[in-house]
Amino acid sequence: MSDERHELAIIGAGPAGMAAAITAAELGLDTVLLDEQGVPGGQIYRNIEALDRDGSIGSLGEDYRRGVDLARELRASRASYRPWSTVWQAAPDGRIGVTSAQGARMVRAQRILLATGAQERPVPVPGWTRRGVMTVGAAQTLLKASQLVPDVPVVLAGSGPLIYLVAIQLARAGCTIASILISTPGSRIAGALTELPRALLAGRALVKGIGWINEVRRLGIPTTSGVAHLRIEGAEQAEAVSYDADRKRQRVAAGLVLLHEGIIPNVQLSLAARCRHVWDESQVCWRPDTDQWGATSQERMAVVGDGAGIHGAQAAEPLGRLAALDAAFRLGRIDRAERDRRAAAERAELVRHDRIRPLLDRLFQPMPGMLLPDDPDTIVCRCEDVTLGALRDAVKLGGNDPNRAKLLTRCGMGPCQGRMCGPTVAAVIAHETGSSMQEVGTYRIRVPVRPVPLTALAELVGDDAGLPSAEATL
Amino acid sequence: MSGMRAGSDAIVIGGGLHGTCTAIHLALKGLRPLVIEKNTVGRHASSVNAGGVRQLRRHPAEIPLSVAAMDRWFKLGELLGTYAPMCEFVGNVGQIAVAETGDDMRPLQARVAELHRLGWTHEELIDRSELRRLAPALSEHCIGGLICRRDGFATPYLTMQAFRLRAVELGVRFQEQTRVVALEHGARWNVKTSNGTFESDVLVNCGGAWGWQAAEMVGEILPRGYFAPSMMVTTRMPHFLDPVVIGTGRKLSFKQTDTGTVVIGGGIMGIPHLDQDIADTVAERLRVSAQSCAILFPIMRRAIIVRTWAGLEARMPDEIPVIGPSQTAPNMWHAFGFSGHGFQLSPIVGSLLADLIVEGKSPLPIEAFRPGRFNEGPLRIDPTAA
Repeated sequence: MSDERHELAIIGAGPAGMAAAITAAELGLDTVLLDEQGVPGGQIYRNIEALDRDGSIGSLGEDYRRGVDLARELRASRASYRPWSTVWQAAPDGRIGVTSAQGARMVRAQRILLATGAQERPVPVPGWTRRGVMTVGAAQTLLKASQLVPDVPVVLAGSGPLIYLVAIQLARAGCTIASILISTPGSRIAGALTELPRALLAGRALVKGIGWINEVRRLGIPTTSGVAHLRIEGAEQAEAVSYDADRKRQRVAAGLVLLHEGIIPNVQLSLAARCRHVWDESQVCWRPDTDQWGATSQERMAVVGDGAGIHGAQAAEPLGRLAALDAAFRLGRIDRAERDRRAAAERAELVRHDRIRPLLDRLFQPMPGMLLPDDPDTIVCRCEDVTLGALRDAVKLGGNDPNRAKLLTRCGMGPCQGRMCGPTVAAVIAHETGSSMQEVGTYRIRVPVRPVPLTALAELVGDDAGLPSAEATL
Repeated sequence: MSGMRAGSDAIVIGGGLHGTCTAIHLALKGLRPLVIEKNTVGRHASSVNAGGVRQLRRHPAEIPLSVAAMDRWFKLGELLGTYAPMCEFVGNVGQIAVAETGDDMRPLQARVAELHRLGWTHEELIDRSELRRLAPALSEHCIGGLICRRDGFATPYLTMQAFRLRAVELGVRFQEQTRVVALEHGARWNVKTSNGTFESDVLVNCGGAWGWQAAEMVGEILPRGYFAPSMMVTTRMPHFLDPVVIGTGRKLSFKQTDTGTVVIGGGIMGIPHLDQDIADTVAERLRVSAQSCAILFPIMRRAIIVRTWAGLEARMPDEIPVIGPSQTAPNMWHAFGFSGHGFQLSPIVGSLLADLIVEGKSPLPIEAFRPGRFNEGPLRIDPTAA
């Protein structure tokens, strides 16, 4: 049984993936777009078509209309769009493992664009694994996908623009916001203002951000900045949040605690494909090392959108289109001159969207205390219940890189395969050994990057034709 | 070739289980071992194998070593001291080669007859009811099998770390991220590496999948075979199995760990990239493993696979290791080529090797593993050639 084949496979139907698919199909590439959700949109434009149909898009804000346009263009394009398709492998040789309602299959592509976006940065404060604690993004997902609104007092804590936005969206949906606790100190905000002149050129995005802060104030939501040593209290269920602010310990009751320290590239697929990754100091995250077309160190693979470094939904579109142009060039559809000519407009758009990035990166850089726990009982790996203390012991025993620490403690071996603990484990090891993050490195991520039912693997469609033989002897 | 004195310097190439165990035993005999490892200690097959502590279905030449190793697994404290519990060794649960048909059963019966003729009694046939008693989760179509009741399993990466920590405690030095590039013998060994030259009196090649490369540096041509057996593991499942089950007509090794995860291996091949020190699994081949699991263990139809991996390992044409002195160089010994089943032997091989190096003879028969068996007249190549 021979595998399904395409010229270009795009993974992820957020703004980067949709824009890339639309452009690639228009350039005549046989394009498949695989996405695990049932409808296009990704995280930012989740469920956008339905929200448009029932009119509730207004409560999210006008910017979301761009997602409606993208979804419409995608559906009208010649790209083969495959919803409900979870990709668990994207191999450097172009083999892609996919699970859908039809089971598991291998798809082969001459070129792969990973457009898997961002994930929220894990925030391992004491108590973060209690019931009644989730991420700000997860709360927003529930709101967008199912209009689920919490009916208990909510505390949002951490940093990043999403906190203000989701607080507003929840408040508008009728939820009680007990407090917003911002970990960024006032001095950081003043420092970030040096980036303001450049950011002002970004105009709309900045106005939007200031608008959110004003709206939070107008809604009367209590906001405290410069909070530290956050701790979620309660027996099993979160009952309150305690923290240091204004030189004293304070406490606020909460039925639901939403944590957020910004977003980081979702690098599981690119790590599993062994694309070269670098530690990004300004964004405090790992990202694949990509060129101006999104191309990685693996010849057939590119990464576009937030998966290659956080640039936001608007920048994701030109990034997706640039990678599609490069794919068309590499696959012989257009020549170099045409690629470069068409790229000029995309680059100009990118520059416009990226002007605000240095300000955002500085303003919302996570506070070290939120990412590097100091209470030894704090859970680091929630799948395997590995505490900070256990991890520190493993580092002393020689677990001085994430892979050795994993073998010694089982951290990163659970169902999420290190997606949630990877950054924390590396940060703890770097701190304990006095090394840089780049020196400490990442987990070696193994396929499947998403769990696969054994019965689906047993019925996998695809063969190993053309792969090196089972046994190699020189 | 004997009589390496206490105080002599020894270099072990390869920081896997056999290299580390050899270093432990050399240190116990008063030598000063240095382990040179091109990646990190236990980076490859030693840490990522199936963890089977198995005497069952061993090549006859390996049985004396395997039986002696088993005794050491039950007395790990004597070798590893306080680090022994780290290995998470579980013995006496048995390993069972399961027979699904009469065609599966016949070679098992023939094997037991042959072992009895050789004087071994550690493997025994079991019928359907004993099989069901020991492994009730097995599918009812299974008709019996072959068992070694003392067998069990350990956690390979923790075992590797226990060996490393014990070695460090005994004064063994480890030089990691250091690749041997040339071997020269003058008055002593000059081991040229990516991190400078190291000298020693004794040289031991425990290079695993790369062992043939060290041999070729002294002009000794040994089989260059290597492969990448792959494994997969599930999320935690309710406890349903104590013994390790291996296939007779199928490529399968199957066990449930104390944490509840199920570890599945058995010789499905990944893709080795020896030059990059990595190996890839191939989902299209692991399909067969998944099918075997679903057929043999109905409960596995609910299992979720979370991770697969493959380890780089040497494979000899006759599937048994090379253990013995180099045919071309003085004061150099080889121990590699375990062909995917060296884990259980790890407490014994280093011990035999240390005896061979210091006392000049091995207490157990190792003639079958002599390097010269592959070539009656060994080829010579210029070791200075690229």
